[in-house]
Amino acid sequence: MTTTTTPPADRVDTSAKPRRVRTGSVLGSTGLYVATGVAALLFLIPFYLIVRNALMTDPEITGEEWKWFPTDIQWGNISEPFDDTSVDFARSLWNSAVVGVLHTVGTLLVCSLAGYGLARIPFKHANKVFYAVLGTLMVPTAVTFVPSFVLVSSLGWIDTYRGLIIPGLFSGFTCFLFRQYFLGFPKELEEAARVDGLGYMGAYWRVVVPNSLNFFAAMATITFISGWNSFLWPLVIGQDPSAWTVQVALSNYMTGQTVNFHLIFMATAISILPLVFVFLFLQRWLVQGIAQTGIKG
Amino acid sequence: MSTITKDGVSSPTPAKASPAKPRRGVRGSPTFNFWLFTGPFLIGLAVFVYLPILWSLYLSFFEARFTVTPSTFIGFDNYVTMLTDEDFMGSLVTFTVFAVFIVPTTWAASLGLALMVNRLRFMRAFFRSVFFLPTAVSYVAASLVWKMSIFSGVRFGMMNTFLSLFGIDNTAWLASPDPPWYWLVILTVRLWLQAGFYMILFIAALQNIPQEMYEAAAIDGAKPGWQTFWHITLPQLRATSTAVILLLLVAAYQAFDEFFNLLHKTTWGRPPLVELYYKALGESQDYGAGSAGALILTVLICLVTLLQGKFLGFGRGEESK
Repeated sequence: MTTTTTPPADRVDTSAKPRRVRTGSVLGSTGLYVATGVAALLFLIPFYLIVRNALMTDPEITGEEWKWFPTDIQWGNISEPFDDTSVDFARSLWNSAVVGVLHTVGTLLVCSLAGYGLARIPFKHANKVFYAVLGTLMVPTAVTFVPSFVLVSSLGWIDTYRGLIIPGLFSGFTCFLFRQYFLGFPKELEEAARVDGLGYMGAYWRVVVPNSLNFFAAMATITFISGWNSFLWPLVIGQDPSAWTVQVALSNYMTGQTVNFHLIFMATAISILPLVFVFLFLQRWLVQGIAQTGIKG
Repeated sequence: MSTITKDGVSSPTPAKASPAKPRRGVRGSPTFNFWLFTGPFLIGLAVFVYLPILWSLYLSFFEARFTVTPSTFIGFDNYVTMLTDEDFMGSLVTFTVFAVFIVPTTWAASLGLALMVNRLRFMRAFFRSVFFLPTAVSYVAASLVWKMSIFSGVRFGMMNTFLSLFGIDNTAWLASPDPPWYWLVILTVRLWLQAGFYMILFIAALQNIPQEMYEAAAIDGAKPGWQTFWHITLPQLRATSTAVILLLLVAAYQAFDEFFNLLHKTTWGRPPLVELYYKALGESQDYGAGSAGALILTVLICLVTLLQGKFLGFGRGEESK
């Protein structure tokens, strides 16, 4: 949690402080902390259960008596998902990493360029184009999965990285968020660059992008999380186990024949760990970015 | 926009442009650059969003089982099939029940968390992180914990262990539609996963409420607490609330992961997307009917979105250009 105390995150926090002094009786403030603490505990229990189960033996997990702590922590469980032969867990992690990274890089590249074009380059029909993009927001991508599957399978992209990554790059929502952000970007900077002889592309790469890294970091985090966590599309496209992402692998543990509790929970813990790290390190940008996206009132 | 004419006028006399970089002509024209920037995205959008929708429309009028190159035109038969299909219509009911419960509860929970976190004087960032953290967890992983540890239907499940303290017998949370305990499992997992995200939106909006409004209300004799919340905070959050409700509805329409993983192979509790998944990719591989169902669903979503926009407005709305 150390990252959260750095200035950018606190910027959001400090502004409302003065008003609280007035209302805070000692009793009310204690009650507030108790309520918040209880809610926080409830939110943390599932995380704890994952770790608890991952480090227990199966008989202990399924025993008569509920135990909050393992009697004997089973560190050896950590390697089990990788030793298990029924699911190639290491392969699925690798697939998720490749898909997650390329999905993020590709989406940011394609959507930020389009968002900038829509926000900033004067073109007669830009509004019409923008409405064509907005229209896709009304049709959630998940609803188009049947025809998309048909398309991708006729391209022969089943079980390939191409099939997993490329159709997901063209997110109307991400493009929309970038456009909203660029509308608020100070115009003077780009105009100075243009006067100095840079074209639109030059000004974009040398002036706009370097000055927008915070927003790019926030969008990268959001995109990576949603890419890593996506399930329906990888389930449909990854038909051969060698093309499974980690989410499909997890789902397969759950719906498979034998239930091996500690192995399943260890695999889950491993699948969450990278994201929790990304999340805690990048969360100040994430919070700012979400607050900046233009959804707020 | 005025820049068009400005560029047009300045192009014959590139006074300030450095000679090494001729940026006038086609390469400097806004139109060329507009397509250069948006082109890749628009081509992708056309191929991977618009084309599938059109293909879907085409397929929905044909007999298309086990094949994506249909031959027999059957008119509206697929639509009739889907609209008279009990399972598909049932999935719309499932969605409605789901939305009726999940949208207000998430709205209230995320607003409540935002109000609490916003009032804290110490450890605010810590608590915000705790509530936000589940956003990082996938629906698959969360479903797994809910199904196998918290709400497992046997005695060692956390909830059953807890209830046995009060002498309540084991409940099979997911195993039967009657009583429909599975809703409790489905709703809590989604609430846990998404409340933190919407909390952030509400915190951002709360910080934007001018402090003077509260001071003015205090002078007018409004008691802090319920009165100021009802007369100032809530109306000031209107735009955010609308956006949040819209996002929640769209997210509810797309529900798949937790239903698929929690209720695998059961015949109850299937929202439209799960139903379509089994219809189009299951044993019958009926792409025609699946496409028809997808289109019916799309039309429904558009209608609901438009209706909501009509009654509540579309959040902050578009900046006019």
